[in-house]
Amino acid sequence: MSSGHSGVHVSPLSTYLSIFAALMVLSAITVGAAFVNLGAFNPIVALAIAGVKATLVILFFMHVKYSSRLTKLTVVLSLFFVAILFAETLMDYATRGWLNYTPMGQ
Amino acid sequence: METPVYPAHNYLTNGHGLKSWLLTKDHKRIAILYLISISAFFFLGGLFAVGIRLELTTPQGDLFQPDTYNKFFTLHGVIMVFFFLIPSVPAVLGNFLIPPMIGAKDLAFPRINLLSWYIYVVGGIFTLFAIVAGGVDTGWTFYTPYSAASSSTNVVPTALGVFISGFSSILTGLNFIVTIHRMRAPGLHWFKLPLFVWAHYATSLIQVLGTPVVAITIVMVFAERAFGFGIFDPQRGGDPVLFQHLFWFYSHPAVYIMILPALGVISEIVSTFSRKRIFGYSFVAFSSLAIAVFGFIVWAHHMFVAGITVYAAMVFSFLSFSVAIPSAVKVFNWSATLHRGSLSFEAPMLYVYGFFGLFLIGGLTGLFLATLGTDIHLHDTYFVVAHFHYIMVGGAIMGYLGGVHFWWPKMIGRMYSEFWSRISAILVFVGFNLTFFPQFVLGYMGMPRRYHMYPDEFQVLNVLSSGGAAVLGLGYLLPVIYLLYSLKYGEVAGNNPWGASGLEWRTQSPPLTENFLEVPTDIPEAYEYTPKVVREAKLV
Repeated sequence: MSSGHSGVHVSPLSTYLSIFAALMVLSAITVGAAFVNLGAFNPIVALAIAGVKATLVILFFMHVKYSSRLTKLTVVLSLFFVAILFAETLMDYATRGWLNYTPMGQ
Repeated sequence: METPVYPAHNYLTNGHGLKSWLLTKDHKRIAILYLISISAFFFLGGLFAVGIRLELTTPQGDLFQPDTYNKFFTLHGVIMVFFFLIPSVPAVLGNFLIPPMIGAKDLAFPRINLLSWYIYVVGGIFTLFAIVAGGVDTGWTFYTPYSAASSSTNVVPTALGVFISGFSSILTGLNFIVTIHRMRAPGLHWFKLPLFVWAHYATSLIQVLGTPVVAITIVMVFAERAFGFGIFDPQRGGDPVLFQHLFWFYSHPAVYIMILPALGVISEIVSTFSRKRIFGYSFVAFSSLAIAVFGFIVWAHHMFVAGITVYAAMVFSFLSFSVAIPSAVKVFNWSATLHRGSLSFEAPMLYVYGFFGLFLIGGLTGLFLATLGTDIHLHDTYFVVAHFHYIMVGGAIMGYLGGVHFWWPKMIGRMYSEFWSRISAILVFVGFNLTFFPQFVLGYMGMPRRYHMYPDEFQVLNVLSSGGAAVLGLGYLLPVIYLLYSLKYGEVAGNNPWGASGLEWRTQSPPLTENFLEVPTDIPEAYEYTPKVVREAKLV
């Protein structure tokens, strides 16, 4: 369906229970990973698992998987703006250790 | 032509008493509720400005203690930005006009629309509480570490007020996006929409995408103050500059929440009073979207001296110049629209002429501040204060007032005094320049902002600025008088007193609660100002 809106998708209960189980398992993995020393990769692993969980929630609990292309585009656009926030902020933080760095105005 | 008759049945007479207003779901009544609320906040914010300008009339700090002065400029900024400028054009004019402009009976979510007004009021009450409880002194920017660790003033209630009112902004934006997508009359495709609607669409995107970020940032400051999280505290691995990144990620685009809807107003007025289709319609339409998108990638030009790296600063400086392109597209296209137009000088158009000059100066001085070298000299001086007032007051408020004057006959069904409205527009323009142009010079000479004392050599320019503020204040008070007077004594306006094209002028003034008895099907091109259309429109 291209326009989406009018048709309401009803997922079987088993889908919701499976996703719920997946979220619980991923939470357990997050806790477990925190006890393993991965160095700089600890936060990366935690964020990656959180990203997978968020994706599951958005696709299934928020019904984006069954929504119109416009809704999907809205979600992708929102993530794009979050990416701008992270990328440009990191542009500052990632270059703080560069050679001959002097803070502006000093 | 027949003398117009005031319609007995309209949205103003459809229900009486306070309850009919406080429980209304009519977008037009909600717009009026917003008009009253934001006007109250505008004059409250103006009172704090009066205090600031009175203090700065003399070089000595002889009126307020330094702490009191800090609270005055903070509250002036918080109230004007979050409780007047951000809701101004969208919540009043957008709310009132988007449905009739697209041939709809209401917004997509009328109850959410009313909810957004209540949320705004609750946010406002928190901020008023902060004032009564002693005020807040962080500046409207709530910079850490001061706001999170040091300030003993009412940071939490003020920030909560801003946090709560943000949801009102999000809901308004969401309502507009859905309405513009789903509720256009049959045959009204995107490139027949008034540019006012395009501008509000772009604004709504910023409201929905940006506001949650500042809300989260405010929660972080709250968590820092209440529980000592250390997010912005270097001693615990935090970084105060991170606050500025997050704050300006929203607050720079927020400038476009304030100005973009006003740019939409300008397009409508320019076209009507030059009797021409907007030159380069699609460029102006897409320039609104371009401003909304570019607005999100330039924020750190507020932070060049805050300790960000020179490498990031160079990129942000370069990107900041990109916003000038779509802004210039609009100004050039409006100028081209005026060229060989059938121009007239009614009050709404006087505000627009004023807007052109002020927005141009405001925009071009923004380039001074986007340039790394000059920004080091000008940062945190009165040059910055003058620059953003030229944009926010000279641009946004001129657009807002122009819009209120343009659509007042539609909203109320009666005309105001043409003479006094022209006087008011001229007073605002003269008073504004007298207030803020000297501040460019003061800033360039090195007078910092946010101090209540200054060296003697700055006094002449400061007295000029305070004198201009008095003229400006008079220019803002006059419309209150003649617009209120017009409610009862104004001449009946008729459906289309300006002979404008656009669907909202086809319905009666004031409109019926349903806007149209039948969904419009005969959709004209946008700004179809052929002589025949103008002639017929005047006969409506």
